[in-house]
Amino acid sequence: MAKFEPVLFARINKPDSTSLKSYMADGGYARIKDILSMAPADVTNIVKDAGLRGRGGAGFPCGLKWTFLPKDHPGPIYLCINADESEPGTFNNRILMEKDPHQLIEGIMIACHAIRSNSAYLYLRYEYGRSYRALDAAVKECYAAGLLGRNIKGTGFNLDIVLHRGAGAYICGEETGLIESLEGKRAWPRIKPPFPAIEGLFRKPTIVNNVETLCCVTHILYRGKEWFQSIGVPPDPNNPRDPGSYGPKLYCVSGHVNKPCCVELPLGVTARELVEEHAGGVWKGRKAKAIVPGGISMGFLCEKEFDTKLDFAGPGKVGCLGLGTAAVVVVDDQTSMVDVLFNCCRFMSHESCGQCTPCREGTAWMTKILTRIRVGQGRLEDLDLLMEVASSMGIIPGTTICGLSDGAAWPVKNAISKFRGDFEEYINSKRSTMTSAQQLMEVH
Amino acid sequence: MATVTVNGKEVEIGANERLNCIQAAAKVGDEIPAYCWHPALSVVASCRMCLVEVGDKKPDGTVAMQPKLVPGCQTPAKDGTVIISDSQKVKDARKATLEYLLLNHPLDCPTCDQAGECYLQDYSFNYGRGYSRLNEPKNIKPDKTYIGDQITLFTDRCIMCTRCVRFTREVSGSAELQVVSRGSHEEIDIFPGYPVNNPLAGNVVDLCPVGALCSKDFLYQQRVWWLKSKDSVCPGCSTGCSIHVDQNEERVYRLTPRENEKSQGHFMCDEGRFGWKYTHSGERLSSPEVRTNGLVTANDFDIVLASARTALKKAAQGKGKVAAVLSPWMTVEEAYLLAGLLKGLSANVTLAMGPVRIEGGDDQFPKDVKGNVVQPVKFTIHAEKAPNRAGVELVLQHFSGDVMPFEELLRLSSAGQFSAVYLVGGDPEGWISEIQAEAFSKVETVIVQDILPSPVLKHATHILPSGTFVEREGVFVNFKGLAQLINRSVRGPDGTRPDGRLLWDLAERPGLVQTEILRKEIAATIPALAAISGEGLKGQGVFLEEVVTAV
Repeated sequence: MAKFEPVLFARINKPDSTSLKSYMADGGYARIKDILSMAPADVTNIVKDAGLRGRGGAGFPCGLKWTFLPKDHPGPIYLCINADESEPGTFNNRILMEKDPHQLIEGIMIACHAIRSNSAYLYLRYEYGRSYRALDAAVKECYAAGLLGRNIKGTGFNLDIVLHRGAGAYICGEETGLIESLEGKRAWPRIKPPFPAIEGLFRKPTIVNNVETLCCVTHILYRGKEWFQSIGVPPDPNNPRDPGSYGPKLYCVSGHVNKPCCVELPLGVTARELVEEHAGGVWKGRKAKAIVPGGISMGFLCEKEFDTKLDFAGPGKVGCLGLGTAAVVVVDDQTSMVDVLFNCCRFMSHESCGQCTPCREGTAWMTKILTRIRVGQGRLEDLDLLMEVASSMGIIPGTTICGLSDGAAWPVKNAISKFRGDFEEYINSKRSTMTSAQQLMEVH
Repeated sequence: MATVTVNGKEVEIGANERLNCIQAAAKVGDEIPAYCWHPALSVVASCRMCLVEVGDKKPDGTVAMQPKLVPGCQTPAKDGTVIISDSQKVKDARKATLEYLLLNHPLDCPTCDQAGECYLQDYSFNYGRGYSRLNEPKNIKPDKTYIGDQITLFTDRCIMCTRCVRFTREVSGSAELQVVSRGSHEEIDIFPGYPVNNPLAGNVVDLCPVGALCSKDFLYQQRVWWLKSKDSVCPGCSTGCSIHVDQNEERVYRLTPRENEKSQGHFMCDEGRFGWKYTHSGERLSSPEVRTNGLVTANDFDIVLASARTALKKAAQGKGKVAAVLSPWMTVEEAYLLAGLLKGLSANVTLAMGPVRIEGGDDQFPKDVKGNVVQPVKFTIHAEKAPNRAGVELVLQHFSGDVMPFEELLRLSSAGQFSAVYLVGGDPEGWISEIQAEAFSKVETVIVQDILPSPVLKHATHILPSGTFVEREGVFVNFKGLAQLINRSVRGPDGTRPDGRLLWDLAERPGLVQTEILRKEIAATIPALAAISGEGLKGQGVFLEEVVTAV
């Protein structure tokens, strides 16, 4: 197999990569007029046939999502771009927006054409100031060049892109939470149905797509679905419901590695390969104890699972929640899983929006239990309690509105089932990583 | 017709009924517990108490169940829907949810006002576990004693159902309440300087399923299990909200709205809710009197009544005329008794409608921030501050053909037309001014039946202290012709008698007053009021129109 050539990241190291001039010099917007002249349904079909799955975390087929919009809707229809990248360990969208904003804008134009939308809202997490400035400049360039606004390139297609900076909440990454936040409300995910494709932003049909997904759309339209399907992992022939994992993917590698990086690779690379070949191996000559396959809400891989293929189906086969955002976090063998899990739980209880009872109270309770273990007051039965709490929350048992609760439960389930020894040792040793039990009261 | 199966029991749902699983289960008598869901508010499905298993029955009889639990409030009951609310899976989910809700709950039931009518208590008892597995400190949140003039918030008791938040957004429209902070540190709060003081504010206390939002008026006054509750109707305005009157030992402690789709829905306004205080006022008339030249010559009910009766008869048979003012605060029965009694003395008697207090315009809700009414209107406080103008008018129309306004009667009285007048008050805000009272200064016999002092008392020859709406029984007809029953909850102070009993005795009817018999008599006599004798009156009440057209 020939060496994989980065596509999404092809331009990021070029000088002046954010400018319209440089983007057009590399062939950007070259065929936008042709694409905008195509029938919207044809564009949707190309994306659908290419098998592009959402890069935001759930891996829902992108083209299929577009077809859920009501037919012949008088409009308006909205596109929301989810750039509220908040999953710990994830920074791929940030690079795309900071280094190559026009690639994203072209994807937005194509997607809006396909779904017959004339307004796109880009929901950017507030912390991404550099991304905001790059995007803002790029959008202004496009307006000046007639690539946005009224009657783009004489095709009769109108499009406005609104950049919206969020106010820093993990929950705004959930698509209906994002919509609520965009409407100026508290970002409490909505109950479904109705799904956003039927009733979303401002009660109009809305599609929410991730930044990386839309960047892929650009390349699918330029290079064709055959090219896209030549990369990645085809569907499992034994599983008729598996749509496959085609295309390039941006993997973020961080944690205890020598060279944290974000690297573009075909879907299906193994965790071990990522760490060894692309991130320079585990730091300080140590071995990895656990690897997070795709953001902490996806759970953990233990050592014997490091050869798991990181495609959409792979992590699920070894008990993880899924590929998530493909943010790989490495934990070395000198780190206690109690501390790792405590960190995950503290994050999740801090970020739980507090709407559904099981998640609101469950995440906080798990943090309290782990805090107690960490001050040396743990009991072995706490592990079963943690497992029980974790399995009672989430959209999979049906006890919450959104899937972020599953993400809060999964690291607990994985850590305790795969690293139970770590926990038992910690509890039996009665050691305390905190200075005083008083901290039990102070922790979130 | 749609057929829904609830725990193996089939139930028919009408074509126009749009029910969720909770409502469908209620039809077969199965309770699905819920906190955040309320029939008058939007569905948020966040408390997760109403989780059930749901499936579809296929035409071939097989049932396909959904693999995961779904909230019953959010799931519509359609033809073929199968609801299971008694499986182990559902019970475990309820147990887990209740454990979560109680994690940070202070469990201060002994000092909590809600204890005894608390859904957290009831559901924990029925569905929860008997002990807590929490070994860590609870979150402590500060109480907020000023959420509104009438409302206090015990923050740590709150279970974040957000009913109160949705009420202020969807029904009152004032949107004072909101959720602040995040996760298990969430609290209900107001924006500083914008307390919950809208005219419907008190409803958030009723909506609160736990003891978080409490009424300052009722706080620590009574344990709810001592209270005895009677169905009644709020007399505050012509909306005629159905209410419960809660009393203990002859003292009213609170009014709460009684759900009635026919009248107001689920709520009531604060004006009505706290508008019963005059019942226990020290100002109440409590001594029946016969006055001669300004001196009290008798203060025994039997003597006063006999004297009044004699005076009326004398006037009716003499040259002078008799007039009566019927108050819009009277029940239909009382109006009928008085009008019938006087018309029995002489066909010449003049009957007039008492003053109907109008304050401003109808106040409709929800309102937006600028105070404009938002459609659809969900609650109306009527400008007409009297409970039974419609009912009394029907009685007057029957006896005198038309309804004479109060001002006309004053004019005739000032002109010296009458030798005896019978004045009925009842409006706690007052119903007659000093100047108006002068119209009766020359009248020989002035019989005043009222609850509170008024300027006309100085001209009175007979004073009959009567009862407030919680001391009487009878029918009020609201603005849209809905006849509802008010019930006697407490005994009036010594020296007062309920209006019905006064008039019954005055008319020399035998035995004790029996409003049910009276209603039968009225229904037979006045076709427009035919509806009030039926069983339909009890509970939700009955529209007069319906029965008139049926006759």
